[in-house]
Amino acid sequence: METQKTALYEYHRSLGAKFVPFAGYEMPVQYSSGIVNEHKLTRSSAGMFDVSHMGQLSIEGNEELAIELEKIIPIDLSQIKLNQSKYSFLTNEDGGIHDDLIVTKVEKGFNIILNAACKNNDFKIINDALKNKFKITLHKNLSLIALQGPKSSQILEKIISGVSSLKFMNGNKFYFNGEDIYITRSGYTGEDGFEISISNELAEDLAKKLISQNVKPIGLGARDTLRLEAGLCLYGHDINKSTNPIEANLKWAISKRRREEGGFVGYEKIKSDLNGSLSRLRVGIKPEGKIIAREGVKVFSDDDNEIGSITSGTFGPSVNRPIAMGYVKLNFSKPGTKVFLEVRGKKHEAKISELPFYKKSYVR
Amino acid sequence: MSEKKYSKQHEWITIEGDVATVGITAHAAEMLGDVVFVELPEKGKNVEKEGQAGVVESTKAASDVYTPITGEITDINQSIVDDPGAVNKDPEGAAWFFKIKIKNKSELDQLMNKADYDKFAKENPN
Repeated sequence: METQKTALYEYHRSLGAKFVPFAGYEMPVQYSSGIVNEHKLTRSSAGMFDVSHMGQLSIEGNEELAIELEKIIPIDLSQIKLNQSKYSFLTNEDGGIHDDLIVTKVEKGFNIILNAACKNNDFKIINDALKNKFKITLHKNLSLIALQGPKSSQILEKIISGVSSLKFMNGNKFYFNGEDIYITRSGYTGEDGFEISISNELAEDLAKKLISQNVKPIGLGARDTLRLEAGLCLYGHDINKSTNPIEANLKWAISKRRREEGGFVGYEKIKSDLNGSLSRLRVGIKPEGKIIAREGVKVFSDDDNEIGSITSGTFGPSVNRPIAMGYVKLNFSKPGTKVFLEVRGKKHEAKISELPFYKKSYVR
Repeated sequence: MSEKKYSKQHEWITIEGDVATVGITAHAAEMLGDVVFVELPEKGKNVEKEGQAGVVESTKAASDVYTPITGEITDINQSIVDDPGAVNKDPEGAAWFFKIKIKNKSELDQLMNKADYDKFAKENPN
């Protein structure tokens, strides 16, 4: 398959981006100042992320659509308010996760943001589930630009009037260069911020306006360190087809009613986990020294039994220490529990930690 | 001090008497990005030419560091273990990795000079 480029590809190049292939796209991994600077700048000011590789799906329909979608997405889609966003996932028959997503109720139906690597498969799953009864579009003509960081609101307000009044996990239609665009207050960094859905034609105009307001472009490298500090899952690593939402510590993303009533794909398989017979749990892990434990590193108990493995690990620039996430057996999941991480044949002490590693500052 | 030489694994080496100092090149440091972890071999360890002699990690990934020559590790630079970011600041100076007692001087002849290395690095960026 030929590598795709987003509408901002040439603009990234002009900004000094280094590119890597990611989910079939050539994406900026970093710019000239480097990942650590980009990370810190997002925490202290505002950074711009091109996330146009992600899937932007819209489905048109009303109450009947909500009922159908609830069979594959375990939240109360009939109850969700206009312009409200919710984090959830597409579950599979084993109770695992096909993809995690953000769904927003809009006037015509629902908008869903999907992971780039999963979006085509998600489209099939959703389309099959809806049996061609609703108009469903995976938009190829839309870009998605995230603006993240404590100064995001004051900066974006100067360009698009009214955005600063959005509440976190809410969206609305706005106007930019004569075009209707849809903006949600959301993100993947643990900071306040926005995700702006805009036509490919206008994406560069908006990006240039942001850069002219002293916003810095941020690559996928810092996106990963930011989300890991914020304790957020990366699909394909921390969650996947064989991790269920309960052991992934994402029970909160299944609404209370759905946890009790079920009625979604895979519910029977996770029911017992919901009732407390969980065998493993996703946790934060802090190595004691400087050692970085990456995906695949085995976790051992104090008495040297293998109890789990790391799913993501890096150095967290804002917490100034190595951090990791992974799955451990339930009785070792309590914060403060001493564990050992086997890196390059040596065991290194670590402690189970609360998540997030970095305290967020969302606007509620 | 002798002329600085370079390996295909992106290490530099300088020689004083029968001891050489080894580090990673400025090109390698730039390719790695922000260095956040350094692991060095133990003092007294014997290492083989092109064998693993340390690890350097950026936020993105871990990479092995190799020794350009065979010999015994006589000293290590603890300051880059304590402050890995120093590797990005002065990779070919203060941020040397280890010193090694040269076992076979002829191995040095197989290394590149600066002009050849610069050409090699351009053609083999990773």
